[in-house]
Amino acid sequence: MAFCTGCSLLCDDIVVDLDGGKIGKTMNLCRKGHAHYSSISSGRLTPSVDGSEVGVEDAMMAAAEVLAGADNPLLFGWGGSTLEAQRAGVDLAKKLGGAIDDPSSYSQGLITEKIIAGDLPTCTLDDVRNFADVSIYWGDDPSSSHPRHMSRFSYFPRGEKRQRGYEEDREAIVIDVRKSPTAQIAADGFFKITPGGDGAFIEALVASLAGKIPKVEDKKRMLNLGTKLRKAKFGAIFTGQGLAHSLRGDLSGFVSLVGKLSEITRFSVIPTLGDYNTRGFNQTLFDETGHVNSVTFKDGVRHGQEFSIARLLDSCDAVMVVGSDPAAALPAAIAKKLAKAVTVAIGSHRNMTTDFAKVSVPMAVAGIEAGGSCLRTDGVRVEFDGLVGSDHLSDVDIIKRIMEAV
Amino acid sequence: MISVMEVYQLLPKTNCKRCGLPTCMAFAVALISREKTIEDCTPLLEEAKYEKKLAGLRELLAPILSADATETGMVIHPEKCYGCGNCVVACPVNVASDPKGTAIGRGPVSGKAILMVEDGVVKCVNVDECRRFGPEKVLCNACIATCPSKAIEFI
Ligand code: SF4
Ligand code: SF4
Ligand code: SF4
Ligand code: SF4
Repeated sequence: MAFCTGCSLLCDDIVVDLDGGKIGKTMNLCRKGHAHYSSISSGRLTPSVDGSEVGVEDAMMAAAEVLAGADNPLLFGWGGSTLEAQRAGVDLAKKLGGAIDDPSSYSQGLITEKIIAGDLPTCTLDDVRNFADVSIYWGDDPSSSHPRHMSRFSYFPRGEKRQRGYEEDREAIVIDVRKSPTAQIAADGFFKITPGGDGAFIEALVASLAGKIPKVEDKKRMLNLGTKLRKAKFGAIFTGQGLAHSLRGDLSGFVSLVGKLSEITRFSVIPTLGDYNTRGFNQTLFDETGHVNSVTFKDGVRHGQEFSIARLLDSCDAVMVVGSDPAAALPAAIAKKLAKAVTVAIGSHRNMTTDFAKVSVPMAVAGIEAGGSCLRTDGVRVEFDGLVGSDHLSDVDIIKRIMEAV
Repeated sequence: MISVMEVYQLLPKTNCKRCGLPTCMAFAVALISREKTIEDCTPLLEEAKYEKKLAGLRELLAPILSADATETGMVIHPEKCYGCGNCVVACPVNVASDPKGTAIGRGPVSGKAILMVEDGVVKCVNVDECRRFGPEKVLCNACIATCPSKAIEFI
């Protein structure tokens, strides 16, 4: 069995025909995973410095030189890196006295931090499959982003206490601003909210749980939802970027809702994270500093919004991006600043960010060309081997080599 | 879904019975269930004035006649499929015949699953096991109802 690092579900039942060391027919990979596997033969990054192709060793030395010469370097990315590379990345940031951050600083970092810190209850996706009778997808559309979420864990499969199939045994509730593919599956369980309306929905739901009349248009439906959640035996809430963005850094309402639910019955929160090892980075940095992102090691350990990529781009003098494409994901104004600031990019494939970089260093695709370990979106640790040989260095080898040279 | 009316509109509507059926409407039904083929309506084939209708009918029925359509009338549109496996895991035949694989959300392990995902796209094998197939067929729609992208249809 092979692993898929196409998203943070890390499917482990993949069957790959290897003919002559090449990827042939695959079974059980979703379309996204299949594209991830197929990508190893095209669009790969090549080692370069200032636009000219160089050997990979020279590229790494150039990267080290840039970082060593910077007063305020920022090391960014990491969701597409193995735990080993993330560990080395934190060490490198320490050695440089620089900052380290990941895309969770403009996504679900706060939610993940509360889970890791124990302020929000959580469970594994395997628990969800075995026990959950209510799955709530909040600002989250796994059908599009994590295609096998519902079939492997959260809605369709049979499990220990869920033997009768989804129609009788499970309930899917989707809270979103649009009728996403996930919402389509949930059908009657879809609650449409206005953009930014998550806070109001939380208030209404809290009222309904307390048996009060919620201040919403369809009071009956909200009261019914409250009753349904009260009766749940094992509820799970899957959070997405939509919820994180809408709450704008204030999770207090959400935390208290989950607290209320937990007083009544068992409810757990699992974030649906983007890159395959976002959870790993958040955990690695948390173990070291007590924070999941936006940390600087300049003059001790400090954490805060001001050390997130969105804010740091004005003051840092070198940015190293590892296994990520922030230029494509960040708002245009910030991406523009990034285009000027990115100096080193380490990645498996060319993307907008690597095209801006002065130095680029190609790496192997973890899970296909290199082994390593990582954390699934629910925090479960997964270890894998490479499947095919590759001329590319693994991410951890690259970071370690750069660290030796700075 | 191709409707009987759509097919009927493209027939000669003369009820000449040369196809062996009493009415063009009955022939339309037979075409959809693939008990008859377009060639059985000789007037449509032979008379020049029906040329346009014939072309239209061939186009309309193309999905039914294509090799993609399995004997249950299942048509898979691979370009729409996410490979999410919802249909694979929800299919009652898969659940019954593959309890340690597809029934619990994983890839098939028993060799008896009828839906599976290959190269990122759903594929139907052993179609004769499908509940819609054969004399005791039932109107199962688990694979259609669970699909987020309408990639499976029955015609
Ligand atoms: S759901 Fe994610 S991990 Fe699973 S096969 Fe698809 S892309 Fe890969
Ligand atoms: S042969 Fe054609 S025209 Fe005549 S009854 Fe049958 S379908 Fe109608
Ligand atoms: S119709 Fe029912 S039995 Fe046939 S493939 Fe679809 S889900 Fe399976
Ligand atoms: S046919 Fe639909 S439900 Fe089945 S794998 Fe494709 S997208 Fe998913």
